[in-house]
Amino acid sequence: MKRSTYIVMAVMALLFAVSWYFKAATYHGNVMSPLVAGFMITLAAFLTLAIISFVYQDNPFYKFAEHLFVGISAAFWMCQSFWSTIVGNLIPRISTGLSKYFGQPYRDEPWNFVYWLPVILGILLLLRLSSKIGWVSRWALAFIVGTTAGLSFIRYLRSDFMEQISSTMVPLLAAGNSGESLLSNITLSATGPFVAMLTNWVIFLGVICGIVYFFFSKEHTGLFGRASRVGIWILMITFGAAFGYTVMGRITLLVGRLTFLYKDWLGLIS
Amino acid sequence: MTEALVVTGTNLGVVISLALIAGGVIWLLVRSLKGKEVERRVIFGFVLIAVSAPILFPITFHEQISPVVKAVFDKIESLPAGSTVAISFDFDPAMAPEVQPMANAFTRHCFAKGHKVVFLSIWATGQSLLTSTLDTVVRREFPEKRERIDWVNLGYKAGNQGVLNVIVSDLRKMYPTDVNAVPLDSIPMLAEVKAFRDLSLILAVGGGFPGPKEWVLYVGDPGNVPIAAGAAAVTAPQLYPYYPRQLIGILGGIKSAAEYESAMVDKYPQFDSVDKPGLRMMGPQTLAHMVIMMFIIIGNIVFFRSKRMRSQL
Amino acid sequence: MKREVPLFITFFVGTLLIASVFIPPAESWGENFSVYFDIIAVFAFFLGGGNLLRIHLQKVASKRPDWGYSIVTLVAFLVMLAAGLFKLGNPGGISGNLTTAQSWFQILFQNIMSPLGSTMYALLAFFVASASYRAFRAKNRDATILLVAAFIILLGRTPFGTMLTSWIPPQYDLLQVPNLAIWIMSGPNLAGQRAIMIGIGLGIVSMSLRILLGIERTYLGDDR
Repeated sequence: MKRSTYIVMAVMALLFAVSWYFKAATYHGNVMSPLVAGFMITLAAFLTLAIISFVYQDNPFYKFAEHLFVGISAAFWMCQSFWSTIVGNLIPRISTGLSKYFGQPYRDEPWNFVYWLPVILGILLLLRLSSKIGWVSRWALAFIVGTTAGLSFIRYLRSDFMEQISSTMVPLLAAGNSGESLLSNITLSATGPFVAMLTNWVIFLGVICGIVYFFFSKEHTGLFGRASRVGIWILMITFGAAFGYTVMGRITLLVGRLTFLYKDWLGLIS
Repeated sequence: MTEALVVTGTNLGVVISLALIAGGVIWLLVRSLKGKEVERRVIFGFVLIAVSAPILFPITFHEQISPVVKAVFDKIESLPAGSTVAISFDFDPAMAPEVQPMANAFTRHCFAKGHKVVFLSIWATGQSLLTSTLDTVVRREFPEKRERIDWVNLGYKAGNQGVLNVIVSDLRKMYPTDVNAVPLDSIPMLAEVKAFRDLSLILAVGGGFPGPKEWVLYVGDPGNVPIAAGAAAVTAPQLYPYYPRQLIGILGGIKSAAEYESAMVDKYPQFDSVDKPGLRMMGPQTLAHMVIMMFIIIGNIVFFRSKRMRSQL
Repeated sequence: MKREVPLFITFFVGTLLIASVFIPPAESWGENFSVYFDIIAVFAFFLGGGNLLRIHLQKVASKRPDWGYSIVTLVAFLVMLAAGLFKLGNPGGISGNLTTAQSWFQILFQNIMSPLGSTMYALLAFFVASASYRAFRAKNRDATILLVAAFIILLGRTPFGTMLTSWIPPQYDLLQVPNLAIWIMSGPNLAGQRAIMIGIGLGIVSMSLRILLGIERTYLGDDR
């Protein structure tokens, strides 16, 4: 390592120690001891800065934080699913002894032996790590794929196809909310009948034209081509809206992290 | 929508923030028009200042509630006291700054109306973030609400849509116990709740997979249960096709959270003193949006200018 | 055995789940198979953890470039695993809530996993801003429509948009930027998203059918 690297490391270690001391001295909570709390808040702040440092350029601090995240999150998901589903759902159906050990009430039901089926399939899935008999994991994979396909088939057909077609069949010539004729009250009020009707037309034509754009079995010429053109415009507005919302979301996350640094770590704001 | 804005905060903060941004934008415009390259780190610096200044010198606004958010607020208001409502924490830390304020506001609203709340999660990370809501909102602001009588924490279950497919018709098959291994049959508030289709309302807070969309597909539509979404901004536009038939309302991003918090304070002034992260974040959000809009404008001015110069040559 | 059995399992499970929707007494079959699915999903997490261990141990053993970082991953994985599986520091003991505020598991989540996860996504704010300056150009009509829609949404989702256009009289309040943003979301955006949703929905339905009928077999991999 270069000398400058050692200097940077030493400065970081010093800053960490100073921060640890001050955070421990000013901790008022009762969840952890002040020493642990000071260390943890400082660690959280330094890890935040390590990730932010990537905007300058890739560096060892960022790589360290990235690898730390991978390890921690993999174990996190494993532990959560073990306690919630294996201990919470499986063990109370297959073993009285283990149920008692884990403090779970045993569920004495006649068909409990069937719960060995997912255990066997689960073990077969783990055999994927073996190069010789890894192929048997396909049986478990087939169960997962079959379940997903069976669940998706009906749900998507109903909610994302039939319900959507049905919701697109909106009144295109509606009277106003208070029952008056539409033409007697043409205003651009956001809650007015004219705008309500305009919205319905946009939805009706927009959906049809959008679908026409995605239909590639016929050449996009003539009336079909013009509808496809309108479909593109609708999709462009959709993507523009999505972009606007994405910007909003990402800024919020940055606000969240900077608020942590300024408030919880540095104590600059109350 | 035309209600006047109430701007509070330190004038110094407003002046510093606006001066920094205005100065920077003019510098950027001049530099861009001269055809000089602007380093990407300078752009990053602008964003950092635009977000930091209103955090350090807070600017807060009063938000007017929009119809799609009001629908959720009105639904919770209209339910008779004692109704059982579920709030699902289906998000991770990367979404939490956006959606946890919504989850907290929903929790506050449900308890203020006297509803019973079932907390759960179909994201592993959701259970940990739910712990934070239980500590900072439920136990701190509503100490009189008792666990398993007024609220219950069911925790997380693995299996994504598989979990939803079961709880819509049989809650106990998937959740034999709550998160502390207490059997559901011994929990008084769940005596009448055999399945999620028995609930009065489900508030699905999340944004990834599985999230509000899966709640509609696997619980709302087949179980005929009203569902409202609190969604991360990135996914909120994709939920609009479900509104208003399959989703009674949508909170999309921090702006909607701020609107909900404003509506809560208007209706329940006792919550004026609690932390309102949605409203707090709208200051930095506004300035950052303005800076990004300026970037788009400057970028396009430079683009059209160079296009015109090229055509003149 | 290598192909026929998996194809049969897929067909049997999928068909049974579809049938359970149409035959009310069979509803519990669908529920049971979903519970089995959830249990197998946990084994998939174990598989992921095992794979992570294998890859990083191999990297350390063969001292490949950046092998030092693999040690960080391995140590983090094992520490979190110990904290979670043994419920270290948990006042409720072995049957208590895993994520109690005092547990090591929750403390590590809050102070390591949470800041790392949220900051990684927060970084995108910088890159989105940079892209707005460098690439978001009104080059043609389609790009201009996209840009204008994004601009209205960006402005309309802030109180600044209200301030700018609050002078517009109530009978024309659709032209106020926040209202225009709301209208874009519930009009054109809804239409565009619905067109995409119908397309994707049909795609998923047809793909599910192909899988159940054994026409689509790519998930089985090859026989080598």
